[in-house]
Order: sequence, then C-alpha cells, then structure tokens
Amino acid sequence: MTNPPNTLAAPPRGTGFWKDNLREYGMMMSLLAIVLFFQFATGGVILKPLNITNIILQNSYIVIMALGMLMVIVTGHIDLSVGSVAGFIGAIAAVLMVQYDLNFVLAAVICLALGGLIGAAQGFWIAYFKIPSFIVTLAGMLVFRGLMIAVLGGRSIGPFDPTFQKLSSGYIPEFVSSSSGVYLTSFAVGLAAAAFLVWQNFKGRSRRVLHEVETEPFGFFVAKNVAIFLVIGYVAYLLASHRGMPNVLIIMALLIGCYAFFTNRTIFGRQIYAVGGNEKAAALSGIKTARLTFFTFVNMGVLAALAGLVFAARLNTATPKAGIGFELDVIAACFIGGASAYGGVGKVTGAVIGAFIMGVMNNGMSILGIGIDYQQVIKGLVLLGAVCVDVYNQRR
Amino acid sequence: MLAPAVSAEQLPILEMRGISKSFGAVKALSDVSFTVREGEIHALVGENGAGKSTLMKVLSGVYPHGSYEGSILLDGQERHFRDINDSEELGVIIIHQELALIPLMSIAENIFLSNPPSRFGVIDRSAVHERTKALLAKVGLSETPDTLITNIGVGKQQLVEIAKALSKDVRLLILDEPTASLNEKDSAALLELLKEFRAQGITSILISHKLNEISAVADRITVLRDGRSVGTLDCHEGVVQEDEIIRRMVDRDMESRYPKRDPKIGDVIFDVENWSAYHPQHSERQVVKNVSMQVRAGEIVGISGLMGAGRTEFAMSIFGRSWGRNISGKVRLHGKDVDVSDVHRAIKAGLAYVTEDRKHLGLILGEDIRKNISLAHLGGVSSRGVIDDIDEMKVAQDFRTRMRIRSHNVYQETGKLSGGNQQKVVLSKWLFTGPDVLILDEPTRGIDVGAKYEIYSIINELADAGKAVIVISSEMPELIGICDRIMVMHEGEFVGEVAGEEATQENIMRAIMRRKVREE
Repeated sequence: MTNPPNTLAAPPRGTGFWKDNLREYGMMMSLLAIVLFFQFATGGVILKPLNITNIILQNSYIVIMALGMLMVIVTGHIDLSVGSVAGFIGAIAAVLMVQYDLNFVLAAVICLALGGLIGAAQGFWIAYFKIPSFIVTLAGMLVFRGLMIAVLGGRSIGPFDPTFQKLSSGYIPEFVSSSSGVYLTSFAVGLAAAAFLVWQNFKGRSRRVLHEVETEPFGFFVAKNVAIFLVIGYVAYLLASHRGMPNVLIIMALLIGCYAFFTNRTIFGRQIYAVGGNEKAAALSGIKTARLTFFTFVNMGVLAALAGLVFAARLNTATPKAGIGFELDVIAACFIGGASAYGGVGKVTGAVIGAFIMGVMNNGMSILGIGIDYQQVIKGLVLLGAVCVDVYNQRR
Repeated sequence: MLAPAVSAEQLPILEMRGISKSFGAVKALSDVSFTVREGEIHALVGENGAGKSTLMKVLSGVYPHGSYEGSILLDGQERHFRDINDSEELGVIIIHQELALIPLMSIAENIFLSNPPSRFGVIDRSAVHERTKALLAKVGLSETPDTLITNIGVGKQQLVEIAKALSKDVRLLILDEPTASLNEKDSAALLELLKEFRAQGITSILISHKLNEISAVADRITVLRDGRSVGTLDCHEGVVQEDEIIRRMVDRDMESRYPKRDPKIGDVIFDVENWSAYHPQHSERQVVKNVSMQVRAGEIVGISGLMGAGRTEFAMSIFGRSWGRNISGKVRLHGKDVDVSDVHRAIKAGLAYVTEDRKHLGLILGEDIRKNISLAHLGGVSSRGVIDDIDEMKVAQDFRTRMRIRSHNVYQETGKLSGGNQQKVVLSKWLFTGPDVLILDEPTRGIDVGAKYEIYSIINELADAGKAVIVISSEMPELIGICDRIMVMHEGEFVGEVAGEEATQENIMRAIMRRKVREE
C-alpha cells in the first residue's frame, strides 16, 4: 500500500540502477584512494611503470582464482582447497614438463583437466551429498597439500621450458619498433580495450534510454566513462613504458570479461545467484540447484589449476611451498569486493577490485618497509572493516 | 451463553483482557478476553488461523510485553513477560505442536535441558536419573531415563514433553494440539493424564481440533474466530453439542468478501491417479494414500482439511517430487501422461505450484521484483542463454500493472513488499511460465482483506482463461467463497467432496469428523 500503481514518484536511492551499482563505485573509489595514499606515502614509487607491472604479475593468480571463488561464494559455499590445488597442479606441471619432457601445451591441458576433475571430486560431495563445503574443501586442502609434497618428493623441480615461462613473465609481441622507449603495440591494445569498454557502456545506455529504463544521469555517465578511459589508458601507458603488456594480463582481462558477462547476463549466471539467494525457492522454480553447485566447484578447480600454472611459470619452478595461504587472499578479495558470506550477493568486478585492493596494499606496505607481521594485522583489519561497512550499508 | 461471571470460590488463575496483536497490516487478534479458572481444563477451539496459537504465544511471552495490546493477569496480578523464561518461572508452560525435544539426547537430558540439578556447576547425574524416573512414573511412561528420544514414538515423546513441564513446577499447562499425531490409545492415555492433573490442581489449556476429545475432558470451551473470541461454553451447564461448537467456529457471514464469478467449465485437463507418497524421513509412513483427482478447464477446486491432512504434501509431491519419497501414481494433462519427476519437467508439462510459505519457498527476498518474476521461465526473456534485460524488465512491468503490484518500480526488493504484494509477485512468476494447471497453497495466508479480494479476482481470471486451478486452504470460508467444488482431505485421503453451491463449513467439518469417529 505504499504507492498507487502508476504514480511517477521519484524512485528512492537503493532501488534499480543505483542499488546495483553504488556499491561498486564505492569500491572503485576505495581502490583509487588506497592507490593515491600509497602514491603519496611512497613518494611516487607505486605508480612507477616497473611497479605497476609487478603488481599485476604478483596478483594475477589471485585474481584468476577470485573469479571462480566469487561464484562459489555466491552459491553460498566456500572453497578452502584452492591454494593447495594450485600448488599441486604446479607440481604436476613440473613433473610432466621437466621430468617427462612433455610438450608444454599438452601438459597445460592435462593440468587444467586435472583441476576440473579435482573440483568435480569435491563438488560431488558438496552438491549431491550435501556435505558442508567448508569440511570437504578443508579435507581437500590437506589432501592436495600432501599430494603435492609427495609428487615433488619434498624438493623443488625446475626450471621450465622458456616458452612456458612466457605465460607469466612474457609480454605481448611488438609490431612497431619505437625509438621513444614506449611499446606502442601494447599502448594501442590498452587504448583499444578502454575504447571498447566505453563503447559498450554507451551502447548499453542508449538501449536503456530508448526503452525508458532508469539509468544514471548523463553527466555522471560521461564523467564515469571519461574516468574509465583515462585510468585504463594511463595504466596502459605506464605498462607500455616499461616492457609492454604482460601476457598474463591479457589472459586475466579476457577471463574477467567472460566471467562478468557470464554472471551478469546469462541464464546460468542468474541461476547461480538464485541458488545462493534462496536455494529452496530456486529449486521450486525448476532450477537444478545441485548441478549448478557442482559446476561452480568444477569451474573453481579449473581456475585454481590455471592459477597454479601461472604461479609455477612465474617462479620458474615448482616448490613445496607454492600456494600456501592463497585461499585466504582469494576469499578475502571476494569479501572485500562485496560478496556476502550468506550467498546470493557479489559481483565479478567487485572481486577483482577486492583482489587489487589487497594487492596494492601488499605492495605499498612492502615498499614502505612495513614488516610482514604488521602487514597481516593491517590486511586483517581492512577485511573486517570492509565487511562491517558493507553489512552496515545493507541494514540501513 | 457468554462467559458466566467468575464465582467467588473459583478465582481465575489467568485473565487475559482485551488482547490485540497485529503482524504488519494483518490483525491476528482483536480485543480477545480469555479467563481460565484454577484447576479446570479449558479448551480453546477455532479454525486454523483463528488466532489460538497467537493468543498462547502472547500468554507465554513468545511475543513479549509491548508487542501486543491488552493485559495479562496471573493470580490477579498484572504480568509483563519479556520472554518465555519469564512465564515459565511462574509455572506457565507451553507444549507446542512441533515437539521441541532433541532427538539424539536421552529422555533425562531432555527433561533437564535448561536447568539440570548440579553441584558446583557439574551436572549431578544420579539426581537427574532419579528425578526423571519419578517424573516418568507420574506421566505413566515406562521407559528408562537413558533412552534416546529418537528411539521412542511420538506418543511417548509427548509424554516426555509433559514430564519436562512437570519438572518445572507447572501451574498452567498449555497443550497445542497434543493428540494431532497420536493414535487412539495414546490420545486416550493423554486425556486421562490431563484429568489426573486436574485432580492434582494443575490447570490446563487444551488446543484441539478433535471436538469429541474436547467434549470428553473440557470443563469450559472458548471459541475463537478470525482473531476474536466468540464466547465461552460451560460444559457443566448441560451437554455441549458438537454442532454448537462448529457453528461458533465457522463464520457464516460471507458478505461480499469474494468476487462474483460465472464459471465456464470445460473438459478434464488435469488428472491424477492413485498418487502415493511416503514421508522423507520416516519411510514407513504413507502420507498421501492412493489419491485420485480430476480438474476441468475453467474449474476451481478446493482442497480442505485440517493441518497435517497431507494436502501440501500431496501438491508438492506432484510438483516435481519436491516432497516425500517412494512416490507413485500417474499424472495426465489433456489426457496424456506427463513426466513430473522433477520440478523443471513439471513446469515444462504445464504445472505451477504457488507455495504455502512464500518467504522461504516462494521468493528470493534479497532480489528485486523483476528477477523474481522471470526466475521460473528465464528462457522466456533470453536468447541462446543470454538474458535480454530490456525484455525482462518489460515482462516485469507488464505483470506489475496487470497484478497491481504496489511498488516504486520493478527494481524494488521483494523483501520490502507487503505480504499481498509479495504474493502477487509469486503469482506473476508462475503465470509467466504459462501453466495449464495452477496449484495454490494457502494463497492468502497472512494477507489483509483488501489484498485477499484482489488475489481471489486473479484466481477467477485464471479459471476464466481456461486453466485448471486447485486451491489448498485451511480457511473454509475462503474455499466456499471461491471454489466450484471442494474436496476434503483427511489423513492423506479424500474423505468427501462437496459441490460449490452446497458447501457449508458444517458439512465440510462433518466430513472430517465423521471420518474421525469411524476411525475411533
């Protein structure tokens, strides 16, 4: 009885467009604020081309896993095994490529498939036997950590084929030679990506305007897109003036794009949110909830495997310590990025921003010379604070 | 025969004065007064939803002082209970319909769960054992205190609950449908026990649907209807006829609460044959027993019955086996066998089921109207697996207008809508799947009168559009008001069928009671 059906009352904030996006803008602003803070505190070191490249390389595997973890968390579950699985897959990759001299493409495919299988093995118990994911993946965490050490025989295996190393330490090829020291192809790719994003935004907006769907004010929209273009362009410029675009950034960007599309726009994606929002209601609406849950774990396994490969390629060796504690960073990234521990809420872009908030903080604090001890304290408090603010905002 | 003045020698142990309680816009109790004398068995009767349980929750402090209007006097003194502990301290103990025992603990542990005899904080096991033994003897239960709850039947569990109440120095014992799940022998034993308690001076309030039991033990009977007290009958002033109780329980004033409709009934389109389902946990318990029913196009068929009759279980087991196990039987639509073995298939076949519990089973409360409406038929707003957000929004807006969903826009969270509007969103969701057969389970529960009328109008429109509509409801007037035919379910079977124009609450109640008498 709040309103007669057809009044044109101004919709309050917290509905429609704003509800969906305000949170994300807030997080982007936080990331920006953190970057600016460290830029100031470190005397400009954090935005040096070399350092920006490092931040991206250091966090690539966390971002990749956060994409899968977000979906797991949205369905109302958790996966504690991702760090161990990533380490285990890295070890398998080393054994296949270094000890058995297998072609790196074939080895990578085997590794990804094995990751999927591991995800399936865990997802099976969670989805069909209703065993709490916390327990199943805690077991998985121990099992795969142990298996990794067994596979490696307690020592490190390396080095990898130089071509495989390029996965993490390579840069996209340059087609134009440049005298200024700026890698023009990389810069162009960055600008093209920024232009594509802005174009997509405009297309979406004009479609919404055409159909009279509520959308943000034009001025705000333009400012937002100018900012997007400038930030991406600037980061591309910084990268281009160091060594160019890292290969792994391209992989990451493509994955982020795919997963954002998948979760926001497809039936499958929508159903994942429905399962997390109210599993019983979803089931009674004809959604195959168990199958979806199973799928999110398979997907998580594949992404953990990919992250394991990226990490192994980056270190150029598989060590028994690989992957320790990754799960915590990945899960923290999702929660800082606005995912709800109760399921049903969270966005891919949020998780990516969350991962970079953690990454920039790690990097900035290291540059400032803050010890690993207090780094952990600060990260823990930031996680708690971010979630508290979020919960508070939701309650209002 | 209104409540006679309280005689001087029998002071009321309990007096509830002018109790009103609302849930949002829904008034569950309005100005109910209720007096219980010391040492009597006072029966509280009324239809489902008449407010009996709400009244008892007010009394026991489940709804704390301040959340209702009116006053509660215990032994002539006004009391403000903040929670259930406050009322228990004064000896007011309520035993709920769903037993609150912990299955994997022993009888003794359950009885002394909240405050076991102890020494220096350590539970005194032998004292627990001895006192449990004494209590079990009092209620006539011959089990050892160490027996696990899960190993004894429902009847004995009920006795354990009563023993638990006795352990707390009970003065006023409230039993909510204590015999609902008991067999005849256990029921009789329980009623005997109540009489014994009366002899010992313990006062009881008995909520029950079984009128024969009530006439057997009650001293006085208070009847509630639509949240109001419609009088107290004294069983010692002449024999109280069951018909008299029924007449008071049901409200014959239909007024203009139901929209008029001119049914255009076609061929049989929905046909269920020999449908059975067993309880998912107690696999030997058959809850739906070889039930058959047919519904014609354009027809609204009601399913009436008491709580626990198996109506929801019947509907949910048909709808993609969402309830029960060992399900068997045939479902035909338009004369053809259809596969309803999972929800997805049932929806595809043309079934829709609007759940009884819209908050937990019907809606995703954190999501907006738009996403809830499209949920069961996302294929209808997408191509090649990609959702067209504009299409989706238009569908939602269309339903919002058609169903008169009152909201700012289609992006409003469903959790923030009123009950009636939430129900309209759920109905929209199911209409969007384009069903031939709609099963509506308690479609107007917890909805205010105005919204009810709108829901009835929608139901009428659906029938007029040639759909087969099945309405499950505990509110008999509602079924009589909107249905062309009412089937009466009792203990998992259809025990009677009444044509719409002949339906009265009396003959529906009689169909149930007749069956009960025959059983007993």
